[in-house]
Amino acid sequence: MSQLWIGVIGSSVALFILRYFGYLVPEKYLTNPRMLRINTLIPIALLSALVGVQTITDKGKWVIDQRLAGVLVALIALRFKAPYFVVVISAAVTSALIYRFK
Amino acid sequence: MNRATATQSLSVSFAVGLYGIAFGAAGIAAGFSILQTCLLSLLTFSGASQFAVVGVMGAGGTALSGIATASLLGIRNTLYGLRMAPILKVRGLKKVIAAQVTIDESTGVAIGQEALGIEAMRHGFWLTGFGVYILWNFFTLLGALGAQAMGNPSAWGLDAAVPAAFLGLVWPRLLGKFERALAVSSVICAIVLSPYIAAGLPIILTALLAVIFGWKVRR
Repeated sequence: MSQLWIGVIGSSVALFILRYFGYLVPEKYLTNPRMLRINTLIPIALLSALVGVQTITDKGKWVIDQRLAGVLVALIALRFKAPYFVVVISAAVTSALIYRFK
Repeated sequence: MNRATATQSLSVSFAVGLYGIAFGAAGIAAGFSILQTCLLSLLTFSGASQFAVVGVMGAGGTALSGIATASLLGIRNTLYGLRMAPILKVRGLKKVIAAQVTIDESTGVAIGQEALGIEAMRHGFWLTGFGVYILWNFFTLLGALGAQAMGNPSAWGLDAAVPAAFLGLVWPRLLGKFERALAVSSVICAIVLSPYIAAGLPIILTALLAVIFGWKVRR
């Protein structure tokens, strides 16, 4: 089986187990404040890391290219409270234009 | 069902479902097939985790690092299940279905109905859960088909749209200096480590930063 298929099936199984587990366990076991606090921080760390890696690296090397310009434009759009779609599309348009004309 | 709950559930479903286009396109850009991309939405069904799988594996990470990152992001769904179980009181197949549609939005809308009573909370959960499920999957297919038709992802800016999509997901969580400090540290840590360790690991390792930040600091 290819890596991609393992990723698809494995993440599906993992997510279902995580979800179903919540319906099985008595609430008192998983609700200490430290655990709750760390749980709200984990997505911030992982998603930020993904932004960084996908913007500035390519196949394990540091690469500065049109992607960085696109993401910076997205950052500006977010600062101006633009809706999600405007954010994503402004990044795409910026990056595509630079790719086209560089 | 009361009107306020129904309106809120449907508007959340539509707004979130639309993001499915971005995921569909990201899946194709990362090298997944249309079928694989759609199965991620049908089965994994958790936006951030799905983006993580395609993000990590698209960058050359192994299946294991993709699954690990998706799971770390998915732990919050366990906590949502804990919160919803006493409200929904479901058994058997209904419990399986409830688990599958336990996401940020269905739990969020349900908790938002607390003042209207437990019936409204249940309605909000099911309507939002099914609403997001149907629309997210529909728009994933559209996004995947669209991206497939486009060809070279760079020519259409998809290479920047994917990190921008992540940025849009993390942005609302950056509520204060503390969160922003964690975000910036994670970006730097992951970028600096990237050339030296296997793809995917730099991302997973930033979960340790979250543990360190969350361990002691009082907020």
